[in-house]
Amino acid sequence: MEDAFIINRLQFAFTIMFHYIFPQLTMGLGLLIVVLKGLALWKGDQRYNESAKFWAKIFAVNFAMGVVTGIPMEFQFGTNWAKFSVFAGGVIGQTLAMEGVFAFFLESSFLGLFLFGEKKLGQVGHFISAVFVFLGSWLSGYLIVATNAWMQHPVAYSTAADGSVQLASFWGLLLNPWAGWQYAHTMLGSVITAAFVMSAVGAYYLLANRNETHGKIFLRVGVIAGLIASVFSAFPTGDIQGKNVAKHQPVTLAAMEGLFETKRGAELVLIGQPDMDKLKIDNPLHIPRMLSFLTYNRWKAEVKGLDAFPRENWPDNIPLLYYAYHIMVGLGTIFIAIMAAAAFLLWRRKLYSTRWLLWILMLAVPFPYIANTTGWMTADLGRQPWLVYGLMRTVDGISPTVSAGNSLFTLIGFMGMYTLLGLLFLFLVLKTVFQGPGSAHGEAVN
Amino acid sequence: METFWFIAIGFMLTMYVILDGFDLGAGIVHLIAAKSDDERRSILNAIGPVWDGNEVWLLAAGGTLYFAFPLLYASSFSGFYLPLMMVLWLLMLRAIGIEFRHHIHHPLWKSFWDVVFSIASILLTIFLGAALGNVVRGVPLNTDGYFFEPLWTTFTVVPEAGILDWFTLLMGLVAFATLTAHGANYIAMKTSGKLLKRSRAISRIAAWGVLATSLLALIAVSTIRPQIWHPYSAHPWGFIFPLIGLAGLGGMFYFHQKTSDTAAFLSSTAFIAGMAASTAFGLYPNLLPASTSPEYSLTIFNTAAGEYGLKVGLVWWIIGISLTCLYFAYLFYSFRGKIKLPAQGEGY
Ligand code: HDD
Ligand code: HEM
Ligand code: HEM
Repeated sequence: MEDAFIINRLQFAFTIMFHYIFPQLTMGLGLLIVVLKGLALWKGDQRYNESAKFWAKIFAVNFAMGVVTGIPMEFQFGTNWAKFSVFAGGVIGQTLAMEGVFAFFLESSFLGLFLFGEKKLGQVGHFISAVFVFLGSWLSGYLIVATNAWMQHPVAYSTAADGSVQLASFWGLLLNPWAGWQYAHTMLGSVITAAFVMSAVGAYYLLANRNETHGKIFLRVGVIAGLIASVFSAFPTGDIQGKNVAKHQPVTLAAMEGLFETKRGAELVLIGQPDMDKLKIDNPLHIPRMLSFLTYNRWKAEVKGLDAFPRENWPDNIPLLYYAYHIMVGLGTIFIAIMAAAAFLLWRRKLYSTRWLLWILMLAVPFPYIANTTGWMTADLGRQPWLVYGLMRTVDGISPTVSAGNSLFTLIGFMGMYTLLGLLFLFLVLKTVFQGPGSAHGEAVN
Repeated sequence: METFWFIAIGFMLTMYVILDGFDLGAGIVHLIAAKSDDERRSILNAIGPVWDGNEVWLLAAGGTLYFAFPLLYASSFSGFYLPLMMVLWLLMLRAIGIEFRHHIHHPLWKSFWDVVFSIASILLTIFLGAALGNVVRGVPLNTDGYFFEPLWTTFTVVPEAGILDWFTLLMGLVAFATLTAHGANYIAMKTSGKLLKRSRAISRIAAWGVLATSLLALIAVSTIRPQIWHPYSAHPWGFIFPLIGLAGLGGMFYFHQKTSDTAAFLSSTAFIAGMAASTAFGLYPNLLPASTSPEYSLTIFNTAAGEYGLKVGLVWWIIGISLTCLYFAYLFYSFRGKIKLPAQGEGY
């Protein structure tokens, strides 16, 4: 049983982390394509249209990957987490089913129109289909985040006679206060990814002295969107997320921050390694009293440390949780710095010739992905040992009839499959980037 | 209330088999109907803008099942663990086959994805048929509503049968024949020239396959699960569903004669809809019969979610599905008519 539990978790973590690589770009890029397409209509400028078309190609490959890796996620609730599904299906079935019925249909039907219907629909119709694709993906994001938010902070349920939870208020579930902030923060994270990807391609074109007109458009749109999203992702959304965690999952906050002892005027640890035997942070670099201030807006407020909670309620992998959180916040700070510098130079009309910053923008691509992944690791590792916070332990959620051997077999299968898919995906996207915008007719390469 | 959701899910699954059915069928006939690159691209362009939307019917049906009958979802998904994972992997390969083929203009690259797409479509069709076979035959449910089925046991239909036995395999063949005909009809409707001729020929042969396998399946079902006829004797109006199916089958033969492809496609659609509805009618109110003992069967009553949840669901489901039907009508309307093959590098 213990083995099966670990393997099920590994499989879920692996498949969801891989899935989330794709939607984060889909959702952000969906917005930026609407912006490009809108600029094309407004200015009547063909270059914007070519840019939109170029990104639509990358979008299509990325979307296909999102679809194929998303289907296993929906299946796994039943295949690997059967007890959880019986327990919580009466509540989160709502949001998951609505995602299928509203969001996926919207997105997939209009994507067909957007990718193949430009000639048939005309420019305005094409723009409208881009807007619907964008709306579909953002709706999908909301409904899935609302599902996760309910697991973090269960609301609007009642307990039935057989022990399962059932929905008590539809709007209560959809308007879960946790979901709103989590959604805003997640969407900003995905705009950050798209903005960094777009600026990186632009920077590459300028550095390589090719497709320069398009490169400049990508940089302009990417840097402006990137700056706005980076700032808002730290403040107010990231800040409020932290406060929500402090209020509803205080033990998680202590673990994220590496705070082992309850303290007034607690310090904020910037760097340091949690030592789980001695229960302290090794080699710490900290700002005194900052944590109290950030959490409660008072320098002397008391922050509960891990010692205030029984050990069986501690998240079960505190070092990983702590690193995940610190990586996200660290990267978030760096993103603001990069984008602010780029936006400043853009404003002074120097960005296109500042090679060092173009290099940084070009090489920064992996980092938003890392920040998004570690952000989710913070959320979902921090929720441990609960599957539904305060209601169901993760151990109690797995399928009773699926043996460890069977799940290991499928975990290995997913790893093999995803390695191949990942390589293919990279290959096709890089090929599209090297081919460049404007040459929509693939023959150029051959 | 539970009955409404039974019908809703039945409707969504039927839509799935009809819609994704024709692109699965297109995959089945892909290698034999289309010989040149242009012909293969015609097939892919005929399904390109719609296949993902079609597949969403399966996802949305799954989501709705999860929402309305959580215990059924949990029990059947964990019980069919391995075959479902294989279905997943096949779905992935198939999607990638469609979407990645056109990115590189190299004969080896294209041939590779053609074969992946076709084999995945064939295996998926057989698996989906076998899945239906499992539901009709029943599975070894235990007292708390769970089971775990191995892939195969002795290949005979016994209470603790595996996923594959002669009966479920026969159902797989029914599905294979049906979707071959259905897909070929669709391709015939959307294309012209040699491809059209070959598709018609395939569809004609497949129709005989449908007739033969369905007859066998009918006999088999009546021996393995005679209970499926009980609802019919209680409510004879239910015979309307098999009749629709029969009319569809007749229509296929008739319109092949007349070479009207659209009518033939509509006939295979009617056949699928009729047969799906007949099965659902025969199963009601069971969702997953137990092969161990009838009182362990999962029904719409012992697996349903709470009353309030099902009630609010009614509102958004009806709105959502109506919107969806609108998008689909518009989508198919926009891409109506024969395929005009786009230039290399555009479309599929
Ligand atoms: C580019 C991505 C990105 C960046 C730059 C940040 N985050 Fe983040 N963060 C996410 C992407 C993300 C995420 C992946 O989207 C998460 C996972 C769950 C969620 O709500 O968003 C997340 C979760 C998350 C959580 C956990 C919520 C929970 O446990 O449920 C907190 C407390 C923060 N964030 C706080 C911050 C702060 C203070 C940042 C300041 C710089 C920050 N994040 C930058
Ligand atoms: C919003 C949708 C999501 C839902 C409903 C969800 C739900 C779950 C569930 C059911 C598990 C398995 C049980 C467990 O170990 O607690 C889990 C674990 C996990 N998820 Fe999420 N998750 C979501 C999004 C994400 C994303 C996008 C990521 C990463 C990019 C992620 C990262 C993880 C990790 C790392 C684990 C493993 C935690 C552990 O095993 O200790 N999750 N999540
Ligand atoms: C465990 C949780 C998750 C499940 C069950 C899940 C399920 C799915 C499924 C079935 C698809 C394919 C839809 C299609 O065929 O069009 C999909 C795609 C998608 N998912 Fe997920 N998903 C999960 C996590 C997430 C998260 C955390 C997000 C974002 C916050 C997200 C956003 C999307 C989006 C925008 C798409 C559209 C395709 C794409 O963007 O690449 N999903 N998901």
